[in-house]
Amino acid sequence: MHSIKSVNEFVIRFANVNGTGSASANLLFAKSLFRMGIPVSPRNVFPSNIQGMPTWYEVRVSEKGYLGRRGGGADIVVAMNAQSLAQDMRNVLPGGYFLYDSTKPLDPALVRSDVNILGMPISEICLREYTDPRQRQLFKNVIYVGALAALLDIEFEVIKGLIADQFKGKEKLIIPNIYALELGHQYASTNFKCPLDVRVKRSDQVGDKIMLDGNTATGLGAIYGGASVVGWYPITPSTSVVEKFMQYAKRLRIDPATGQANYAAVQMEDELAAIGCVIGAAWNGARAFTATSGPGVSLMTEFLGLAYFAEVPVVLVNVQRAGPSTGMPTRTQQPDITACAYASHGDTKHVLLFPSSPKECFDMTADAFDLAERLQTPVIVMSDLELGMNDHLSEPMQWDDERRYDRGKVLNEEQLDEIERFGRYLDVDGDGICYRTLPGTHAEKGSFFTRGTSRDRYAVYSEQGDVYVDNVDRLTHKFKTAATLVPPAKITRQGKGQKIGLIYYGTTAAAISETVDTLTEKGIKVDSLRVRAFPFGQEVADFIDSHDQVFVIEQNRDGQLRSLLINELEINPRDLKAVLHYDGLPITARFISGRIEELLLDAGNKKSTRNVASR
Amino acid sequence: MSYQKSSFRHPNLAVNDLGLTHRDYEGSLSTLCSGCGHDSIGASIVQACHELSLPPHKIAKLSGIGCSSKAPTYFLGKAHGFNSVHGRMPSIVTGANMANRDLTYIGMSGDGDTAAIGMGQFAHVVRRRLNMLYVVANNGVYGLTKGQTSATSDRGSKSKGGEENLLEGIDLPTLAIQLGATFVARSFSGDKNQLVPLLKAALSHRGFAFIDVLSPCVTFNNHNGSTKSYDYVRDHIQTASVTDYVPVKEEITTACPPGVCRDICLHDGSILRLNSVAENYDPQDRAEAIAAIERHKAKGEILTGLLYVDPAAEDLHEVMQTSHRPLNTLSESCLCPGNDRLQMINDSFR
Ligand SMILES: Cc1ncc(C[n+]2csc(CCOP(=O)(O)OP(=O)(O)O)c2C)c(N)n1
Ligand code: SF4
Ligand SMILES: [Mg+2]
Repeated sequence: MHSIKSVNEFVIRFANVNGTGSASANLLFAKSLFRMGIPVSPRNVFPSNIQGMPTWYEVRVSEKGYLGRRGGGADIVVAMNAQSLAQDMRNVLPGGYFLYDSTKPLDPALVRSDVNILGMPISEICLREYTDPRQRQLFKNVIYVGALAALLDIEFEVIKGLIADQFKGKEKLIIPNIYALELGHQYASTNFKCPLDVRVKRSDQVGDKIMLDGNTATGLGAIYGGASVVGWYPITPSTSVVEKFMQYAKRLRIDPATGQANYAAVQMEDELAAIGCVIGAAWNGARAFTATSGPGVSLMTEFLGLAYFAEVPVVLVNVQRAGPSTGMPTRTQQPDITACAYASHGDTKHVLLFPSSPKECFDMTADAFDLAERLQTPVIVMSDLELGMNDHLSEPMQWDDERRYDRGKVLNEEQLDEIERFGRYLDVDGDGICYRTLPGTHAEKGSFFTRGTSRDRYAVYSEQGDVYVDNVDRLTHKFKTAATLVPPAKITRQGKGQKIGLIYYGTTAAAISETVDTLTEKGIKVDSLRVRAFPFGQEVADFIDSHDQVFVIEQNRDGQLRSLLINELEINPRDLKAVLHYDGLPITARFISGRIEELLLDAGNKKSTRNVASR
Repeated sequence: MSYQKSSFRHPNLAVNDLGLTHRDYEGSLSTLCSGCGHDSIGASIVQACHELSLPPHKIAKLSGIGCSSKAPTYFLGKAHGFNSVHGRMPSIVTGANMANRDLTYIGMSGDGDTAAIGMGQFAHVVRRRLNMLYVVANNGVYGLTKGQTSATSDRGSKSKGGEENLLEGIDLPTLAIQLGATFVARSFSGDKNQLVPLLKAALSHRGFAFIDVLSPCVTFNNHNGSTKSYDYVRDHIQTASVTDYVPVKEEITTACPPGVCRDICLHDGSILRLNSVAENYDPQDRAEAIAAIERHKAKGEILTGLLYVDPAAEDLHEVMQTSHRPLNTLSESCLCPGNDRLQMINDSFR
């Protein structure tokens, strides 16, 4: 039989039962490769049920640094869920490997002649070694990691080191875990030909990178960005943003002298209240944020309109998941671009930031507070489930200790003293951004009514047409200023004069280097542009103008960023071709390059038929 | 439109401890219907804040949407105001209070704003024991949208068009007591003598203070057959107790004879003196307070005055052990852990 041969370039899939402790063993596996300097990208594929349902964990190992989902079958499947055996067997690529618990013999109907089947009586080993039923369950996971160490040639010392780190402070647990690892290792070494033709080898491709999930980085970004008030309401996949914020705040934001908290995180009764709490705190001069996902954004829209119109700095993190409605709550997508860009009734527009890595989650969340206060408007950080809830290889986070928060245009008591008459909505500097005052600043001056109703430059209620137009036109002007302050798009060119351009954003980034390489191999050269913010900067319009064919790659059905580009930059829709992936799994390079080839072929055919017709 | 009042100051106006007169606590000229109960509430708030010598700019007034929610424009012009969206003032004031615990927060709402669209937020701000004064200007009707029945309209009360309300009205004080409010009172916009001391006590109370103020809508709910008209309320009012507010600095000169009156010491040292307490009413007994409201309601009476108080309860900041320094004053040195820390955090992800 043909066996797949590959070093540091494969996909391994773990099939487990949810809630059986497999997550930490699987992470142990991924992390040991990471510590061997090999780029990895692990992903959970899980249902929204808590316990008892099948879950999968897929690790892509790629020396080349292709860290998007590969797609297709797996080279190795570790099948630890009796219920999904058939499905898991189908998932193995021809010539691949299927490691299963042979305590119960494999149904002969499942056996495939083109797959290397490795049976290991894991339950039996556990039954023999342990008496406590909990241990019997938990150590199963560690045992298969031990077996994989032998099968794939993972450095045993590295795994041992990870175990020692994991149980720091609970040293008693180290020895039994290492013992379980050895049980697996020993069984595999004596019963299988180790290592397999698919295996790993120490590399130097990781450098000083870290491995963490986007939500943790976002929570840390909020800590470093100076958020002191959080109003929130739990929803997958955003919950861990606030949980991580609170977890770090308990360590980093407690005054050592008094034991008092330098933050307040209030779990509100729903998302309306969560964003309301943020607006109230921001109005009162604290940096405040909330995190949510699609259904929460829908509930927040009335308030987002208030914050836009009353000009209150708000930071909202949207960890997107597949909609509409409850949609697929544990699947990833980029489906809220339109909903967030234009959230709320009336003419509204919001600043959006699109992080594509944990490092960017950290940076953009911290920056969002500066931008929101500078612009006095909501800023929405558009993460997604894939970025937020899975671990990613990332550049390390950095903070410049010289950096000072940009608190924007806020007048203090002395400044108010010098002003003849304070006008909250006077555009003194001509950038559309006015000066605000905080409650309690001055005994006589600077008080005003914040409201969602139309008002004049002095914050006095008015329904006069010209007063209204004056105000909303200034808001348009302010949005133009925003375009000069948000992070610019990242452009990568393959030499001069390329005719084809790719536009993408967020987690699609992980699949792009592989896409570009694949297309190049086929003789198709492309430039690419990663959108990092809305409003779009001039560079985005220029990129579209300077390419004959532009593909907009997105993870939603309707091409929402494409619509936004068309609408905001007045692009002819025919000039932007949509490449759309929306089944809830992260987009792959295979899909993108395949679709682009199709579209190019299509365009070529159309051109030639047109030529025939005109002849 | 709002109109500025003339800044002419009568030389004989009384000044308070801050040297401020009544005028320093007023807002712009009201645009509410003349005779609207909401304006009387505003006037009582002005008087209470003046008499308490609260610095006007250290007060924040927040509201939702409705005639009642417009009312804050017409008092405390030196205070910042936030006229938010319908029914959502409680969440805004929660955030505001978390950001700066040193201001005095006055939330002004309507019966529609609180008991219908805002019921969820109301319930939770009570439960959170936010340190604030929450006033409902209760007219049993939607004033701003021109006269629809509201959720506090009593069963049997007739609309201006003569239609009878067949549904049960929500009693907000009962609800507030059940949900954990630590100061609950009911009053009448037309009875300043009762309302002003209650407002003063509520403003001195630490924790969630709620006052349901019956506040007739002269335009849509002041007719015969309405149970929220001036005449009806005057005729059916019953007082749980007559409240006197004695500020910290004043000594109490008369002793409080047991059985006739009762002194309750508030957190800041000021004293609430309750006189002529009805039926030995104990305003520190939650169950009894709710039962008394029910008993009077069954007799067709409206029980007013201080209904319940727990002067010792903790507010949200105490429960959460937040910094005594307002969070909005903290700078980078308190908020940002710095790069060395971040590098240690990076290491934990290797
Ligand atoms: C979301 C939303 N729905 C409806 C309205 C319309 N609306 C404005 S005020 C109001 C009722 C106000 O009643 P109440 O709170 O009792 O105040 P009042 O005017 O009686 O003082 C309604 C329904 C609105 N502003 N927003
Ligand atoms: S309509 Fe009623 S509630 Fe509104 S201002 Fe007039 S009297 Fe007051
Ligand atoms: Mg009303």
